[in-house]
Amino acid sequence: MSYPGGRILLSSQRESQISRFSPWIMVTVPLAAILFQVYVPLFFPFLAFLETPLLVVVYFALMRRSQVGGCLFGALVGIAQDSLSKNPLGMFGIVKTLVGYFASSIGMRMDVDNLALRILLTFFFYIFHQFLYWVMARALLAKTLAFDPQITLVMAILNAVVGVALFHFLDKLRESA
Amino acid sequence: MESFLNRYRNITVLLLVIFAQLVLVAVQVKNDKDMRMIRVWTVTAITPVARIIEGVRGGGAGLLHNYVTLRNTDAENRLLRAEVDRYKLEHIFLKNELATADRAKALQIFQSHTPSKTLAATVFGIGTGSNSKVVFVDQGSVNGVQRGMAVVTPDGIVGKVKFAYPASSEVLLVTDPDFAAGVISQKNQVRGTLKGQGTPLCIVDYVPFEEKVESGEWFYTSGDDRIFPRGHPVGVVKSVRNGPQYKEITLEPSGMQRGVEDVLIIVEGVHMEIPDAPPASQPVYIAPPPPAPASALTAAPPPQTAGPATEADKLRVQYQAVGEAQKKVFGVGLPGSTPPDFTRLGQAPAPNPKPPEGAAPKQPPPPAPAAPPSGAPRRANQAAGVSTEPNPAGQAGSPPRK
Repeated sequence: MSYPGGRILLSSQRESQISRFSPWIMVTVPLAAILFQVYVPLFFPFLAFLETPLLVVVYFALMRRSQVGGCLFGALVGIAQDSLSKNPLGMFGIVKTLVGYFASSIGMRMDVDNLALRILLTFFFYIFHQFLYWVMARALLAKTLAFDPQITLVMAILNAVVGVALFHFLDKLRESA
Repeated sequence: MESFLNRYRNITVLLLVIFAQLVLVAVQVKNDKDMRMIRVWTVTAITPVARIIEGVRGGGAGLLHNYVTLRNTDAENRLLRAEVDRYKLEHIFLKNELATADRAKALQIFQSHTPSKTLAATVFGIGTGSNSKVVFVDQGSVNGVQRGMAVVTPDGIVGKVKFAYPASSEVLLVTDPDFAAGVISQKNQVRGTLKGQGTPLCIVDYVPFEEKVESGEWFYTSGDDRIFPRGHPVGVVKSVRNGPQYKEITLEPSGMQRGVEDVLIIVEGVHMEIPDAPPASQPVYIAPPPPAPASALTAAPPPQTAGPATEADKLRVQYQAVGEAQKKVFGVGLPGSTPPDFTRLGQAPAPNPKPPEGAAPKQPPPPAPAAPPSGAPRRANQAAGVSTEPNPAGQAGSPPRK
């Protein structure tokens, strides 16, 4: 669903269309994304680059177009991701909270059904997610994590490509207005 | 308020969610000092605020306190000034006490060295009158002071007792116009009469023109006046010129150069020789000799000052003993007189018989009991062995030798 005239920027928030999802979709998809990140790389290590929880957060935040909903969704997904990691609870939560907030803010003003915009946003939020996590790890945990810009850029491109495919799949789960 | 929250609802929720997760992280994370970050952050967040609050409170309290202190500072300043004034007076008093102690020490040394029997006295008053050159001392006739006695200090003569009251005496100073004393110059033995002028300087009168007196020469008491024993310093000549009949010699008395506060009254004068050198301006304290080292005490035999030291001395003592036994005086017999019987040389008694075994060694006589102390002059009297009680009749002063 695209807006008439191929515009990316919306003239007003009222022009934006809120996508609705059933509650079980809102619960199952994030859990599936987390399980995918946890379980699949055991058998397919090359898929470890996929940040599926981030892609899910970006998607739902963009589509829901609610800043409060986006930040809360990102916080819940991030804390769930933290609970399965060795990090203190809240590290991914803070990062994905900001991602959800900014993504929903962008979704309120842009046509998030645009393919190029989805690729660009996914690419951008992946870099933002990795960089913010690196900063927080240094600031809060005093951990010196590796942050290679070239690798991060490649990963961002790959996640953007996979994210576009994932977003297309999730678009099928939207409830019709 | 409600509209504000509605307007910024999204960002508020975002901040609350992030803050909650930061707290959650802080609760779990510990720093390198094993302190939870929530505690560190809380303390870090609270401490500056607490410091600011404490600073404001301390500043206000300090301002109030300083204001109160400033109000009290005036009264405290006055108290401190009064205290400083009191300490200054106390300092002056102690300095005077120290000076008095120094004078007493000088008097004590002088008393111990002068052959005359002296009595220490303190000046406690001066005579009335602008031209009055008399002072009152605290020793009177009950202490043995008599009219006409000389009053001196270690530096020179001061005056003479004009009247002796029971508890005090009136001393006529050398600068009084009525004062006169016989003096003699040190270098050329020129005799004259010292007279006061009512000024700090005195004159030496009745010195003929042909006598030679130089400026800077010292005069001493001659003893001719029967008041001042011979040999006490009087003063130094300031100027010499010829007058109408005699030389006009101006002399600066030395006994009053350092003021007249503690003096010595000569109760039994003994004449002394005129010293060859001018007197020192202040008596020099000579410390007792240092103790001999222990090795010398153990190795050296006890000194026998009275015994013969050499064989010649022993022979001389033996010959003297023979002469004394035969009542012969060596060196006075005329030629042809009977000489001593030297065949009894070996029978002569030992000149220094040793005391019998077990006899107690002869001890020096114990010192005379000292009078109870009552001030520096009395202490000086004790040191000189002079009692402040009235002198017994048998201890009258020896007549001066002419």
